[in-house]
Amino acid sequence: MRALRLMIARDLRQAWASAGLWLPVAFLLLVASLYPFAVGPDAAVLARTGGGMIWIAALLACLLPVDRLIAPDMEAGVLDQIALRGIGDEMLVAARLIAHWLGFGPPLMLASLPAAALLKLDAGTILRLEAGLLLGTPALAALGLLVATLTAGLRSSGALAGLLALPLAVPLLIFGAGSLGDGSGAAIKFLGAASLLMVAITPFAGGAAIRAGRE
Amino acid sequence: MNGASLRLCDVACLRGDRLLFRGVSLALAPGGAALLTGSNGVGKSSLLRLCAGLLRPYAGSVDREGRLALSDERLALDQDAPLERALGFWAGLDGAATGAVRAAMDAMALGPLGPVPVRMLSTGQRKRAMLARVIASGAPIWLLDEPGNGLDEASLALLGDAVAAHVARGGIVVAASHQPLPLPACTTIALGDYRPETAA
Repeated sequence: MRALRLMIARDLRQAWASAGLWLPVAFLLLVASLYPFAVGPDAAVLARTGGGMIWIAALLACLLPVDRLIAPDMEAGVLDQIALRGIGDEMLVAARLIAHWLGFGPPLMLASLPAAALLKLDAGTILRLEAGLLLGTPALAALGLLVATLTAGLRSSGALAGLLALPLAVPLLIFGAGSLGDGSGAAIKFLGAASLLMVAITPFAGGAAIRAGRE
Repeated sequence: MNGASLRLCDVACLRGDRLLFRGVSLALAPGGAALLTGSNGVGKSSLLRLCAGLLRPYAGSVDREGRLALSDERLALDQDAPLERALGFWAGLDGAATGAVRAAMDAMALGPLGPVPVRMLSTGQRKRAMLARVIASGAPIWLLDEPGNGLDEASLALLGDAVAAHVARGGIVVAASHQPLPLPACTTIALGDYRPETAA
């Protein structure tokens, strides 16, 4: 437990020092400010499509930090040193997932507020968007991390990361964007279920990928 | 540190589709030390990784009792962090006593470099920082890959002192090197003798 806490603290400090925290936030705000230029300033159109646009931006933003999540530490020998201390690779990935979400989810949820204002979303939609992001960002963080573990040993991993992540991200996008206009609450429950699944398999799948890369 | 042991039994190592060595056996009790020698590419680092459990043996078995500390060619310290904090992270994971990092840095003559970011260190200082991480861990089994690389005379003497003190306390040391090291009396394994072609 103490090891988990130490690893989370170290990963957070690393993310803060590398300024990687701001990249997804800047990306989301950039998309939200460019979108009205592309579709025109009609408030009704923006309000109807803006929430979905924020979901797409959030999904693509989860791919931005992929190359700094695992590969640098693998090359520097940090992962081997951790394994040497009897800490399982699953535990390592779980710690990374928590640290990565803390540095990814809340900043993205905060950035969605000005983005929603730019896209003229109404209060009810903003509330559903934030609730959806609260449930969905752990899955997006898990997805980014999982792809990072799978591509860690490869060159030009960026393009491959996109190809690997997008099929897995489709359910999140459907249920996440679907929850915006859905009064029954079914979509958000499906989003929660998809998110739970992603978060649950990532430590095991990621741990197995790191172990396979060590041989 | 009592109760630590490292036992290799008839170990073979396959990398890619090449058999690097086979039939390597080694048994170290507390206070034991072994030196692996051999030319480049003979499998010294692979044998150390086998001892560390980071590689699985192709044949044979590796049994360990006790915690491990490894120093290989990779620094594994956060580049932007001050040296003392970077070492402190590992000492924390190892559950080392407070002051262990300070003592290890003093043992490797890194005392004044505590607040210096890791990326500013020279080659020799990096190697000493790695050794300080091993010392601070308090682990009974030390695995040292080319510990003398990049060290000057004075630092080599420090390394020799640290290893001698560790062995005297009942620790186990396995070092791999192609150059002479100031190690105490130890088993020497010339890995070149275990190549499949020559052993056949």
